[in-house]
Amino acid sequence: MIQALFYGAAVISLAATVAALTRTNAAHALIYMILSLLAVAVIFFLLGAPFAAALEVVIYAGAIMVLFVFVIMMLNLGEEGRTRERAWLGGRNWIAPGIIAALLLLELVLALSHVPATTRGVMVAPKQVGLTLFGPYVLAVEIASMLLLAGLVGAYHIGRRFIVRRREQH
Amino acid sequence: MDGLQVPLDHVLFLAAALFSCGMMGLMLRRNIIFMLMSLEVMLNSAALAFVAAGAAWGQADGQIIFLLILSVAAAEVAIGLSLVLQIQRRFRTLDMDQANRLRG
Repeated sequence: MIQALFYGAAVISLAATVAALTRTNAAHALIYMILSLLAVAVIFFLLGAPFAAALEVVIYAGAIMVLFVFVIMMLNLGEEGRTRERAWLGGRNWIAPGIIAALLLLELVLALSHVPATTRGVMVAPKQVGLTLFGPYVLAVEIASMLLLAGLVGAYHIGRRFIVRRREQH
Repeated sequence: MDGLQVPLDHVLFLAAALFSCGMMGLMLRRNIIFMLMSLEVMLNSAALAFVAAGAAWGQADGQIIFLLILSVAAAEVAIGLSLVLQIQRRFRTLDMDQANRLRG
């Protein structure tokens, strides 16, 4: 039963990812992307990582995808964007990426196919994650905080010119 | 509810397939927004592999690496989307091939 849930979520996430990356409409692609992330969150939950599953829903499918939604709404691409995407996606553009990605997938499957382990399904509780995070991994937390600060400053700096120039035009 | 018991291979195969999809999307698309989405897919598949390995050994380390990947993805998306806004304003297109010079 629970195995069937896992394989179902795996099929959903793969199909939604393929659908997301082949859409011409960015908003539709985003919805498929959110579906794929939610399916991965189900897999995390089944694997015994409820904290990771909650973060996947809240941050990935919530915050990051909402950023994408805002930018797509600001750009307002419309019908001409869709026809241009359709032209870019046509025909022979598929050949080289498809071959290379298939080769990579084949190699990964060959390399990974002799892992003897089985998932246990034992829940790793958020308490244990927190204790490990602020124990041996506290340096990584500091580095992540600096990375997020750099991202904040960079996004403000790049986006600020956008806002200021817009105001000058009016 | 008893725990999930599948071979670790299968979860890693899923991660590999998601990664390949993301890489194909990254090479196939020319629209910058879709390229950023492909990058998200690739980061997410790496996170899936880490969480699966952590679950197989019953350790919290996989989820911690997931947290770090999450913060990397958040920072990358913030910078990337502000760059998308700038490129759209400056070049009036989202075509990556039009924006391949450092100084437009």
